[in-house]
Amino acid sequence: MRYLTYAEAINETFHQLMDQDERVVLIGQGVTSPWYVGTTTVGLIDRFGERRVIDTPVSENGITGIAAGAALAGIRPILVHPRMDFMYYAMDQIANHIANWYFMLGEKMNIPLVIWGIINRGGEQAAQHSQALQAMFTHIPGLKVLVPSNPYDAKGLLVSAVADDNPVVYVDDRWLYNQRGEVPEEMYSVPIGKGVIVKEGKEVTVVAISYMVVEALKAAKELIKEKVDVEVIDPRSLKPLDTELIFESVRKTGRLVIADGGWRTCGVAAEIASLVSENVFGSLKAPIRRVTLPDMPAPASRALERAYYPREREIVQSVIELMGGNYS
Amino acid sequence: MQEYLIPFDKELVKDIQEETLINMYTMMARIRKFEERVGDLVSEGKIRTPCHLYIGQEAVAVGVCFALDKDDCVFSTHRSHGHYIAKGGDIKKLMAEIYCKATGCSKGKGGSMHITAPEVGFLGSSAIVGGSIPLAVGVSLASSIQDNGRIAVAFFGDGAICEGVFYESLNFAALKKLPVIFVCENNFYSTHMPISKIQADTEVYKRAEVFKIPGIRIDGNNVVKVFTETKKAVESAELGKGPTLIECLTYRWRGHVGPSWDLDKPIRPKEEVMWWVNNCPIKRFEAFLMKEGILSDLEKEKIYKEVEREIEEAVKFAEESPYPEVGGGGNGVFK
Repeated sequence: MRYLTYAEAINETFHQLMDQDERVVLIGQGVTSPWYVGTTTVGLIDRFGERRVIDTPVSENGITGIAAGAALAGIRPILVHPRMDFMYYAMDQIANHIANWYFMLGEKMNIPLVIWGIINRGGEQAAQHSQALQAMFTHIPGLKVLVPSNPYDAKGLLVSAVADDNPVVYVDDRWLYNQRGEVPEEMYSVPIGKGVIVKEGKEVTVVAISYMVVEALKAAKELIKEKVDVEVIDPRSLKPLDTELIFESVRKTGRLVIADGGWRTCGVAAEIASLVSENVFGSLKAPIRRVTLPDMPAPASRALERAYYPREREIVQSVIELMGGNYS
Repeated sequence: MQEYLIPFDKELVKDIQEETLINMYTMMARIRKFEERVGDLVSEGKIRTPCHLYIGQEAVAVGVCFALDKDDCVFSTHRSHGHYIAKGGDIKKLMAEIYCKATGCSKGKGGSMHITAPEVGFLGSSAIVGGSIPLAVGVSLASSIQDNGRIAVAFFGDGAICEGVFYESLNFAALKKLPVIFVCENNFYSTHMPISKIQADTEVYKRAEVFKIPGIRIDGNNVVKVFTETKKAVESAELGKGPTLIECLTYRWRGHVGPSWDLDKPIRPKEEVMWWVNNCPIKRFEAFLMKEGILSDLEKEKIYKEVEREIEEAVKFAEESPYPEVGGGGNGVFK
């Protein structure tokens, strides 16, 4: 088996997708820059040229609409927003136009567009360079939302996203970029809407989103020492969400912790908690716990960042408290 | 206001076949009669979806769309019926959509403001001011990638000039020399606000200068002028010279939304509205065609009779069509 970093997996996928299908173009701010998108776009401009690797001005709303228009005309664009925070500028095109177009115009015109948004948490980057906005997009009807957590899924979900006939928001967390994992060289797809059990367990279900899967797996290891057997689920896709996988696990364990790198109120964790309460309430042996960001903007200082971003420790603590124990 | 008008003359039409001129006239009549009928149906309570009538602006849609090929694409706004009809969209499906019926062009899900006829290159209309401008640029980007010669047109009003996305779109299209034409229908009012109260510079066409693209201001109520200037913009785009901004001076007779003339409201002076009515784009064109012997009273009567028959057929179709079924054929959110 071959091992690649997450960033290398994405880079390889771009090369393969663009080589295989000339309708695929990459457009957005910084696609030819050595830093905005990490190493994910290395070699693309030299190989495919400016016609298909289109670096753009900082005109997020305009460029998002332009990518959508190109998608309406038969192109398969991958549009990058190298810092998700700037996607607020593009909210009109994403929420009013792209998400509605197919429904609003009687299913006549679909927009096969991948909107690739990158989360850049930490690093003392403060409130406007660090936001994890997956819940915003999951809220809007008409968008699919993907949250890969490892190199294998990053590749397989990107392939599925480009093949999908609908707008897909593909959310990347930069903290994943150096993760290494097995990645087959050939093209393959990971189905949209199918989650996966990344670690089986019997006592507590931990549903973890995006980078929080990495922390949840560390927590699961730590919890073995505490003699708690947790099951870790990676939904991989927030819309559509593999609810049955989550319900089945909760039916087995009776306990649920949801770990998401976004804010708490009306967040992804809140939605999953409601779905579980509505559907498998009878299986719950304890209240559902959420591990999320607090309802506050990201601070700059590393001293404050340590408390702001939940990690393994917060997951371990929630699980132990859920089991009736104390953790300090 | 007289300075806005460019008179019709033989020189202006010298390269245009008489048949084309008659077709333009017929299309303007079709839009006018359609919109008047829609206005009446709104007053009668038969139509409820908000309708932004195009009456008074017909020369813009017709002049532009007649300069395009069927494959060329247009995007429109909340005031979209005229563009849809001028591009060749089916009026039965349009009326049914305005009735919000299942047989409408958007299956009753879009209503008046969200209509589409992709089979004739009318790719859709958006009710968010300025929102469809980048979509048109996107289609032209696809044309340049695919090298297929397809032109895209963005129709928008003077209100859209105050949206940031207008400038983002112009910059990118100019930068990449894309085959797109920006058509601003300046009817002097952004809902209730005269443009002099919302724009520091009311000469819209000058916005083109900063992007180093051609920008012109024309009599948007002279259908032939609109047609010939659009043709020039098409040729320029086809030569790889990029976009053109065409500011068409025109006037919406009715209020911002619905059939009312809104003369009871302190928005537009009655004399101003009547001046534009007296300089009706259809009447002006008609007088010229008659003077030149291109159109006769008999032909005119025949045209109106046929147009009214089509519209009544569309109304009948819409009224007899069923409403969409709840849950019918899936919810239509995803393909």
